[in-house]
Amino acid sequence: MSHAAAHVAHHFDDAEQQFAAANMGMWVFLATEVLFFGGMFLGYTVYRSRYPHAWAAGSHHQDVVLGTINTALLLVSSLTVALAVHAAATGRGRRVFWYLAMTIAFGIGFLGIKGYEYAHKVHERLFPGPNFTLLKVLEKHAPAGAHVGHMVRIDDRRLLFDVEGRELLFTVPEDVAITLDKHPVELSELRPGTAMTVETSPSDSNRARRIEAQSDQVELYLSFYFAMTGLHALHMLIGIPILAAIAVMAWRGRFSPEYYTPVEIGGLYWHFVDIVWVFLFPLLYLVG
Amino acid sequence: MSERHVDTPATYLVIFGVLMVLLVLTVAVAQFDLGPAGPVVAMGIAVAKAVLIVLYFMHLRHALSLVRVMAAAGFVWLAILLVLTMGDYVTRG
Repeated sequence: MSHAAAHVAHHFDDAEQQFAAANMGMWVFLATEVLFFGGMFLGYTVYRSRYPHAWAAGSHHQDVVLGTINTALLLVSSLTVALAVHAAATGRGRRVFWYLAMTIAFGIGFLGIKGYEYAHKVHERLFPGPNFTLLKVLEKHAPAGAHVGHMVRIDDRRLLFDVEGRELLFTVPEDVAITLDKHPVELSELRPGTAMTVETSPSDSNRARRIEAQSDQVELYLSFYFAMTGLHALHMLIGIPILAAIAVMAWRGRFSPEYYTPVEIGGLYWHFVDIVWVFLFPLLYLVG
Repeated sequence: MSERHVDTPATYLVIFGVLMVLLVLTVAVAQFDLGPAGPVVAMGIAVAKAVLIVLYFMHLRHALSLVRVMAAAGFVWLAILLVLTMGDYVTRG
């Protein structure tokens, strides 16, 4: 029997059934979201397993402190959403408003830090594309007598090297430290076109003393970084206005302990976005 | 038993506290080189955090069985995606 309350649509028996249907529908949507992000997590896993050193080298360009602060911001925003849902279930609309307002503030704080990180990476020319270069980064650490450019060819222990169109020839003694993405390698493992810094001996400017090479696999890591965090940030940009609209509804007294479905559903979405970040943070910032 | 049961704010605060401890733990552990165990530990902590959020903040422990199946489905299919694809990549030789 249905002595229908105003908020129960006619095709539901009662508020309880309506709530359960909305809840289940949201979880079905979230399951599709898991797979939406899943494709990128799969691509990430495949390439990280192939290029572990490039992933570790790339993650060294991340600011772990900012990443940790952002994770804490999202976790506390999940807490305030959970408290908003509790306030809605116990019929306190004004509290719902304030908890959601806090959630939105934490979300904007997260996006602000993310935006700062993006701007910093673009400035450092770490955004994948024609301007991408790790050489600037290397150059800062390269001491005097160091050359930044690309490998042309290796014959025996001789390295032909291109510095902005000027070709230099170095001899590479057996005991020279050679790293690719900060991981020790043999001279023969370096491929033509590899970006590198060659530090020369103070006594002989044609004699290499140290070689730091960077593969373009680091650029691939950064492509994953921008794509995965970008899709995550897009979800937050969508979530914030949704939560704002629900907060306004709460302020206007639209919810009751019998009907607060938008708060519950909006909360599920926000928690999901939090969970995605819980995985993105260690995968992108804490690689090695 | 209603699926609209919600936990108390005190429970949420405890869960939040555990989540923050896990965050500190994952950052602290990452400062040591654990070799191949590193990603396993990091993902283990992330899964623990996700489970806490899903069960408590997202109320899944009070949800209808049908809703739980829906929630599990996404992760089961994700597991199929990851396990089958990586099974291929790691055995190609």
